[in-house]
Amino acid sequence: MSRARLILIISLVVFFFGSVFGDSFKSSVFAYNYDILMTIGVNIILAVSLNLVNGYTGQFSLGHAGFMAVGAYASATWSNNLDPILVNALGGPANLIAVNLAFFISMLVGGVLAAVTGLLVGIPSFRLKGDYLAIVTLGFGEIIRTAILNTDFLGASRGLSVAGAYTNIFWTFGLTAICVYVVLSLVHSTYGRGFLTVRDDEVAAEAMGINTTKYKVIAFVVASFFAGIAGALYAHFKQFVTPEGFNFFRSVDIVVMVILGGMGSTVGVVLAAVSLTILPEILRALSHADLLPPAYNGLLENRLILYSLLLIVLMLTRPQGLLGELNTRRQRLNRRHGGL
Amino acid sequence: MMESLLKLDKCTIRFGGLTAVSNFDLDVGNRDLVGLIGPNGAGKTTIFNIITGVYEPTEGTLSLNGECLNGLRPYAITAKGIARTFQNIRLFPSLTVFDNVRVAFNLHLQHGPIHALTRGRKFIEEEHAIEERTIELLRIFNLDSQCDMMCKNLPYGDQRRLEIVRALATKPKLLLLDEPAAGMNPTEKANLMKLIEFIQEKFDISVLLVEHDMRVVMGICKQIYVLDHGVTIAMGLPEEIRKHPKVIEAYLGEEPVHNG
Repeated sequence: MSRARLILIISLVVFFFGSVFGDSFKSSVFAYNYDILMTIGVNIILAVSLNLVNGYTGQFSLGHAGFMAVGAYASATWSNNLDPILVNALGGPANLIAVNLAFFISMLVGGVLAAVTGLLVGIPSFRLKGDYLAIVTLGFGEIIRTAILNTDFLGASRGLSVAGAYTNIFWTFGLTAICVYVVLSLVHSTYGRGFLTVRDDEVAAEAMGINTTKYKVIAFVVASFFAGIAGALYAHFKQFVTPEGFNFFRSVDIVVMVILGGMGSTVGVVLAAVSLTILPEILRALSHADLLPPAYNGLLENRLILYSLLLIVLMLTRPQGLLGELNTRRQRLNRRHGGL
Repeated sequence: MMESLLKLDKCTIRFGGLTAVSNFDLDVGNRDLVGLIGPNGAGKTTIFNIITGVYEPTEGTLSLNGECLNGLRPYAITAKGIARTFQNIRLFPSLTVFDNVRVAFNLHLQHGPIHALTRGRKFIEEEHAIEERTIELLRIFNLDSQCDMMCKNLPYGDQRRLEIVRALATKPKLLLLDEPAAGMNPTEKANLMKLIEFIQEKFDISVLLVEHDMRVVMGICKQIYVLDHGVTIAMGLPEEIRKHPKVIEAYLGEEPVHNG
């Protein structure tokens, strides 16, 4: 068995037991920390999948929240309407396997629908490059948001309540592990090196027999699928979704994670997703901790300003991102059938 | 008459009102070494771009082994067996020397994205085979010791050779070299000439060479086409070309008229 598959299976087992012991925190005094933990998982999935498009393939998508919205609403609508029937058919709401199987199906619906949307958006837009692609994907994200805002059975601006609180540690981090596995094993193969050539030089890639359009579409569809999955997890955790939760700023947040982590470095992007989720919370805690003399309290209370300032400083000191430049040693490790 | 591999039949290409190349015929046989020369702006690179699918000819046909290639995208033309290098080196800067060559095996890959995910035995075996073939190719060109270097850190001459290795990894029937001697000193040029002849014999392929440098082309090509202002002004063996009045005129200007 390859090393990568082994690591994936071990981490799935670990997250399974983590879920058995850890999910009780959901309704305890640690509910706040549990909330942050789930948000971290969802953000890692979003950032790592977007990194396949923006980092490895070198395209610029600004509509990731749009795909997340498709996944969230599709899976929420599916669960709300079909779960009572499905769960009863599988063994009743008391049966954990039935409930989780129903959730799995619901997530798949969200992911697949997001992937299909990604395909529909991707095929025509990949004639465009750089800034133009960014504008098209941005426009797409806004279309999705506005469409939901005006669709009554999706709750329009009132938002949509989601019946099942299915998201737990196992699903969130199990899928995070799968997402990281998928992106890494795609990229670390002779086939997957093609994504990097599209980023480096499209003309040369075509001359080497690489169908650049196909690669871009594959990257886009895989990324949309996982954005949809992340949306489904989010919907079944918060149990309430509104169109405003998937606006342009959500997309920008994910892009920031990718850029900060270093385009084309999955480890860096995971680190960035974790730290950018935790950082605002730490700043929040600091602002309540009376660390500074009362006169300076305002400084920490404006944590969003501090957060932005940190981003600026980081970009000035490390423009390539946290782990931007792949060093030679890493590349050498990558050589043996992709290092995985 | 040698069996023809690549054939351009009355190819014309117009950009708006400008006719860049008109009625161009080209015949490259199996195991042939053909040169295409001409002064700046003669249309050499345009012809290269027609053959590699960057442009589609306005009129005329492009065929390989009798199969028409008109309108195919560049990657599809490479798949048919035409590989190229670029006038201004275009390696993949974020990949190592090894990976630059490895990606070129992509074309003949048995596995796809799904196999990369499942990582079964077949996938790993194929990756091993590709790894071995990559190293083998690099060894032929003495680049195997630099295998893990980033390609942008290679010296200029090695970058040019690496580009040729990468093109060869696609298993071409015809190799197109776009000004491979550009920016080289006389020693490097002499080595390049040996290298091209070596490649032609070792890999048993045809080579089409676009080159500025007369000495390089005259030295190794069996057949030479001379282009000026998009029109073929001469074709033939190197000795014939050397003496051809139109070629001399195009390169050196008109012969002055002496009135005794």
